[in-house]
Amino acid sequence: MKSVIIGCGRVGATLAQNLEAEGHQVVIIDVVTAAFERLPSSFKGTAIRGDGTDEDTLRRAGAEDADLFLALTEGDNRNVMAAQLAAEALGARRIVAKINDPVRAEAYADLGIATLCRTNLMVDVVREYLGLAALHEQAVIEATGHHPGGEHHAETEPAAVGEG
Amino acid sequence: MFVIVVGGGKVGYYLTKELLDSSHEVVLLEKDRGRASQIADEIGSVVIARDGCEGKNLAEAGCNRADIVAAVTGDDEDNLVICQMAKHHFSVPRTIARVNNPKNEELFRHLGVDEIISPTRMILGAVEQDIPIHELLHLAAFEGGELELIEANLLGDSPAVGRAPRDLDIPPGCSLFAVIRDGVAMPLRPDTTLQEGDKVIAIGPTECQDVLHAQLIGDDEVAVGI
Repeated sequence: MKSVIIGCGRVGATLAQNLEAEGHQVVIIDVVTAAFERLPSSFKGTAIRGDGTDEDTLRRAGAEDADLFLALTEGDNRNVMAAQLAAEALGARRIVAKINDPVRAEAYADLGIATLCRTNLMVDVVREYLGLAALHEQAVIEATGHHPGGEHHAETEPAAVGEG
Repeated sequence: MFVIVVGGGKVGYYLTKELLDSSHEVVLLEKDRGRASQIADEIGSVVIARDGCEGKNLAEAGCNRADIVAAVTGDDEDNLVICQMAKHHFSVPRTIARVNNPKNEELFRHLGVDEIISPTRMILGAVEQDIPIHELLHLAAFEGGELELIEANLLGDSPAVGRAPRDLDIPPGCSLFAVIRDGVAMPLRPDTTLQEGDKVIAIGPTECQDVLHAQLIGDDEVAVGI
């Protein structure tokens, strides 16, 4: 499975390491080189410094046709944009964006992106630990609506054309 | 007209000022408190010191009755989210985004932003006007960017030289309608023979640009490959 991760924070780095150790192909991208220090020296995947919201950077990093695309930077909007680029231009199959603002997380699930909201997640974990009922049904809000560009993308985008 | 402007940089500031001068109703959202109060001191209480990317703040600014939302921050990702929230969450009829990376134009259009303004593209266009290169010059865009008006400068190696438009393989929906020859503009008829040095003016869908390029300028890749 080809996985692309945007944002080499604690979560991104840990996931990159797990997935790679489990035998998956992993590309991880971050704007700051120092972020890659979070990866263990045993990491054999690809770590690339670059802007995950820049289509050229993503293509150069080999992010096309990913089976899994995870947008996990600290910026909600950056994650939203990277996720939509992955869906519209890069032909990624499974996409999850971290969106910490619950309102935006909901709105983008409506627009066809699976979203993960740390705010809701933490609230529920704390509540459960305290023996209170969780407020949200699931950690990841599955894409509920259709992506605005989703359909004609398949016809117009030469997604199968690789870098050569 | 009620306009919400998001981003109080130079563009947002002057835009808000001009809109107020032409008696439109305007609210400016700027997340930096210092900058917001500085603008408020100059142009009055139309400034809200909040982040326009948050749904709650857009709602407070009156987004559900806005005619236009203009996202003019310096960050493309913020402008995209602002327009998408306005469009899909508040049903704003017209959204305008400033785009810094010209590569993002297509994505933004595809994702439903109504009007995309790319200063980079505009300056690039102005630069291209002055440099005779092996490219189509983009003169203007219509129908929200679906159609482009272009100029092709025919050099000696152009496949169109010595031929007339009716002999060329022009895709449907494209129109070659004028030619500038020796500084004089004239209508381009199906049987007008094209000459070296002609500037052909054409309009057509954005996706036909490659075909027009191949027909009028020549196919670069073939030339390089051989």
